[in-house]
Parts: sequence; C-alpha cells; structure tokens
Amino acid sequence: MATMVVSGRYDNLVKIGDFVRQAAQDAGLDSFSVYQVETAVDEACTNIIEYAYGKEGAGDIECTCQATPSQFVVILRDWGKPFNPRKIHPPNLKAPLKKRQAHGLGLHFIRQWMDEVDFQFTGETGNVLTMVKRKEKTG
Amino acid sequence: MEITTTSFKHCDMLVLKGRIDSSTAPQFEQAVKAITDQSRFKIVMDISGVDFMSSAGLRVLVNTQKTCKRYNRGEVVLAKIPANIQSALELSGFIPLFKVFDDQIAAVGNF
Repeated sequence: MATMVVSGRYDNLVKIGDFVRQAAQDAGLDSFSVYQVETAVDEACTNIIEYAYGKEGAGDIECTCQATPSQFVVILRDWGKPFNPRKIHPPNLKAPLKKRQAHGLGLHFIRQWMDEVDFQFTGETGNVLTMVKRKEKTG
Repeated sequence: MEITTTSFKHCDMLVLKGRIDSSTAPQFEQAVKAITDQSRFKIVMDISGVDFMSSAGLRVLVNTQKTCKRYNRGEVVLAKIPANIQSALELSGFIPLFKVFDDQIAAVGNF
C-alpha cells in the first residue's frame, strides 16, 4: 500500500498520475489498464479541485493505491464539499457537433473504465472515492 | 506538453507532445486560438506524441472543431492517433466528429 498527499492544484495532476501509473505497473496491470486507471484518477482529481473545493489550492487530495493478486484499488480522499454523482447526467454521445457538451465526460470515463466505483461522504473524515480495476485473468 | 505550430498555404498544423490534462489544456487552447484569431480555420493536429489526454484535452478538440466548422469555413482533422487516445475518443463518442489520417502528409493534403 502506498499513499501520496498533494495540494489540490492542476499542476499536481502529473505527480498523482506518475504515482498511480507506477503503482499500477508494479501491480502487474497491462498497459491499457494502466492508462485507464491513470485517466480515471486524473478525472476524479480534476473533479475534486473543480467541484469539491471549487478552486485550486483550497485543500488536499490524498491518494492511496493497494494491490491484491486479483485487483488494483485506488482510494481518493478530499475534505471539500460532498458532491452527488447521480446529479451529473451522462453525456449524450450521439448529439450533433453543435450540441456536444464536453462536460460530464470525466465521470463517464471513471464509470466506464473502472470495474467498481464507490463514493462515500462521511462528514469529518472527508469524501472517499474508491475505484477498483480487476486484473485480466490469465488462463 | 510541447506544441509546435507550422503554417502552410492552405492549413495550419499543430504537433502536440506530452501530457494534456487540466493543467496543460489551457496552453493547447491558446495555441489553437493563436491560429483561429488569424481567421484560419483549417487545422491539422498531429497527436502521435501525446502520451496522455484527459477530458480537458478532448474538450479543447471538440470546441475547436465547433469553432472551425461554423459557417463551413474549415475543420480540424487528426493525424496519427495513439491507441490509448483512440480509445478515449471512442469512449467520448468523438470519433465521428473528426476525419482521421494515418500521417501528416495525407492530413495536410486533405485541405
């Protein structure tokens, strides 16, 4: 298990990305799964800065990676406003160009590319997002 | 991330390299704006050197396409898409919005 804490700023996304990519590679995920995990974490951290904290530099993001033989788990914690993911509508992927909204894509990536996604809002211990990527079965 | 802009007679080309996330997407947006501010709306984007693109980068792509296609004055075409980014474009439903070419020459020749 490894944990990193950074200030919630966009220029720290690369640090969290490097940390998670390394942990996912060490856990033995295939390269596309590593990319999917890195994307999900990047999108989740962007949402924390943009929505939970409402701006950059307003609070920390704690990122923990855990590997088991069958799966890779990332836990992100913040101490900002709780946000209800059910209020975010899935993007319309078939809309004509003029009507495309590029917002809401981050959560779409998280939901589609991770195998399990769980949001917990527990008050003083912060908001906790747990994301699981299962390892491919080999034989 | 690194961005190189080249101006041709009939179009402009951006060669993008590195990581496009919420931190670097504004730089990408600025590079695009520098072209469209000159009323040039035919743009080739070579993203073969991009190793990571989040939704912040995809948003710049689709917003630029909206700007360029307005009044039929041009469009954005993509050249050399890495496999991971191809998957992200597919998941976003963005593939039908862009012409995609295997290399720069074919992409530039489109205009």
